[in-house]
Amino acid sequence: MNSESATYPTARPTRGEPIIPSGVLGMMIFIFTEIMFFSGLISAHTIVKSQAAGQMWPPYGQPRLPIEETALNSLALLVSGMVLVFTWFAFKRDSGQARIPLMLSIVLGSIFVGFQGTEWVALLADGLTMQSSAYGGFFYLIVGSHAIHAVGALVALMWTYDRLNKDMLRSSQLATVSAFWYFVVLLWPILYWQVYL
Amino acid sequence: MADTVADVHQHEAHGHDDHHHDQSWLEKYVFSTDHKIIGMQYMFTGIFMAVIGGYMAYVFRMQLAFPGISVPGFGQVSPGEYNALITNHGTIMIFWVAMPVLIAAFGNFLIPLMIGADDMVFPRINRLSFQIFFLSSIVLLGSLFVEGGGFGGAWTSYPPLSANGDYNQTQLGASLWLIAVALEFVAFLLGGINFITTLMNSRAPGMKAYDIPLVCWMIVIASILFMLSVGPLLAGAVMLLFDQTLGTGFYDPARGGDPILWQHLFWFFGHPEVYVVLLPAIGITVEVMATFARKKIFGYKLVLYTAVATGVLSFFVWAHHQFIAGIDPRMANVFTITTLLISVPIAEMLFVMIATLYGGSIRLTTPMLWALAFMAEFLIGGVTGIFLGASGADIYFHDTYFVLAHFHYTFFPIAIIGSFCAFTYWFPKMFGKMMNDTLGKIHFWGTVIPFNFIFIPLFVLGMGGQHRRIYNFQHFPQIAGPEYFQLRELATIALLVMLAFQLVFFYNVISSWMRGEKAGKNPWKANTLEWTTESPAPHGNWPVDELPTVYRGPYEYGHPDREEDYWPQNLPN
Repeated sequence: MNSESATYPTARPTRGEPIIPSGVLGMMIFIFTEIMFFSGLISAHTIVKSQAAGQMWPPYGQPRLPIEETALNSLALLVSGMVLVFTWFAFKRDSGQARIPLMLSIVLGSIFVGFQGTEWVALLADGLTMQSSAYGGFFYLIVGSHAIHAVGALVALMWTYDRLNKDMLRSSQLATVSAFWYFVVLLWPILYWQVYL
Repeated sequence: MADTVADVHQHEAHGHDDHHHDQSWLEKYVFSTDHKIIGMQYMFTGIFMAVIGGYMAYVFRMQLAFPGISVPGFGQVSPGEYNALITNHGTIMIFWVAMPVLIAAFGNFLIPLMIGADDMVFPRINRLSFQIFFLSSIVLLGSLFVEGGGFGGAWTSYPPLSANGDYNQTQLGASLWLIAVALEFVAFLLGGINFITTLMNSRAPGMKAYDIPLVCWMIVIASILFMLSVGPLLAGAVMLLFDQTLGTGFYDPARGGDPILWQHLFWFFGHPEVYVVLLPAIGITVEVMATFARKKIFGYKLVLYTAVATGVLSFFVWAHHQFIAGIDPRMANVFTITTLLISVPIAEMLFVMIATLYGGSIRLTTPMLWALAFMAEFLIGGVTGIFLGASGADIYFHDTYFVLAHFHYTFFPIAIIGSFCAFTYWFPKMFGKMMNDTLGKIHFWGTVIPFNFIFIPLFVLGMGGQHRRIYNFQHFPQIAGPEYFQLRELATIALLVMLAFQLVFFYNVISSWMRGEKAGKNPWKANTLEWTTESPAPHGNWPVDELPTVYRGPYEYGHPDREEDYWPQNLPN
């Protein structure tokens, strides 16, 4: 070392562990994009709703949405999200303990998706289709986009359950998939407020 | 989603154990997960698409200058074909040339090399990104040959024209066009996740935030902008696709929809998109300028912060595209102000470039010429933008050739000059050979001079009130003065000259690649990390135990205490 090293410090810290694991960070960036996607849908819906002829929403001749049943159903989704929080803490203590809450979370999420499906069948029978009005179009588009995300997230959760059973699940993997499920769960109340109420 | 998550973790589990086994040609060059190969794949697809886009420009410019002639290499141009050509020229040049070359190709190639990482964080997502992009290119090119012809509703694809097959007469072409664009966005979304995560988590030991080369910052800021703006457009595209195929009425006023809605969703993406491609081009330019002026960049942090400011502002300017779409004049005022404001950070970056050049020992190599040309030409584009951003002037200029010339004066420097600048600068690192400088300069002057002869006449035409979407001006005797025809012919002839000079470029690339002079590790005597490895860089970029460590910022040129005028980032002292 010559005298220069005093003027220009040469030692720098080495690379440590990243603050956020790469998988979780990638998922968070993806979720930001998804938030913007749903913001686009919601703002389009709001604009069209505010311009509806005679402020009639739902428009004349279109069925009313099942607000109460869906509220009850939403509860299943929210509880599923909460159970997943417990799953995380259980996993941190002992990965074996996480199995039951994770399964419960998947089951509750599936109940939500299944019930939404039966609701769609009823609404279609009542004459609410994508083509019947912009109202119907937005309903199926927004709720359907959420449902696709929910199904995708459930498949990912089942994959984590499978890894957990084989004792191969790592905490960064659980965190990544959980982040996506929390997004699906927390998005729903906003969509419910915007589309149903 | 489940697939990609699975992808991530399987990769993490395997790590890079499988680096050094023998790979077949297909594994190595087609289904590779190596960021350099993926970057090249993006680059060559982009160049191929640029050739197609240039061919389209040639055909419709010929039709405009010499209406009704049988264009050599195409034949007579019908109005429908003309519309399809201009639409797809715009779409290809923006989404299949500017984006893949500037962001995807150079982002993939440069980010891991410049931050001292062995690869991207998610190599298999990266490969998936290119595969989706490649598929989208095929869908787009296929849409030109389906029944009814390619989509002709302009690259902005405004409904109701685009939403209804009865109006645009290209039912299938319009849907395929839209699907191609949506697929392409998905590809860049996956790529962007990779860029941002890689820059955050994979930097070489010792590389702090302000030691990252500006071009990496710019590509990452551009990716963030893209991520934040693309969602609403994807939402709008899904709605438009449903209108086209399922018969919904999102954009149909008769059924309670709103056609202006698309314009808002499109331009909410469309304007940040301009900065998505501009920022990487600026990053490339300052990088090249620092190297060839042998000077530290004047105001590294200033460039970085203004880039962020530009990004934030770019989300509040979109309605300047809609001044005559019937928006509220009070809203138009607000958007005029934000639009004029955004020229401040961009001007600041140009001043930074001038200050960097000032007093430097400038070497006029080919990449440096491109960088200087970027500055000069983009300035014209930026200044003419002021007229279009002001709602008063824009009402007159809207949809004339003035808009078109302004747009090309911004995008040509960004997408073409910026790409050539980067390509000639990093060619030694990509292929291990030096490019022929004389041929490079012939190509440079043969591109930049005709470029001005193409678009300055179009400014004049636009100020004369010529509308930009007219197929044959002879059908409009009141605006078809002979002096206008001469200007149009001048523009077309200049285009032919410019396209002819591109052959020099292709010849130069091939001949330099085949029998160019060997480049060595660091032909430009630059500081950044990519120049510390072999040219071309091996798989994994550096030998496993020799990954670089960073001790200082990337632009330490001409340090008074050192014998050499550069000080690579990885040297302890």
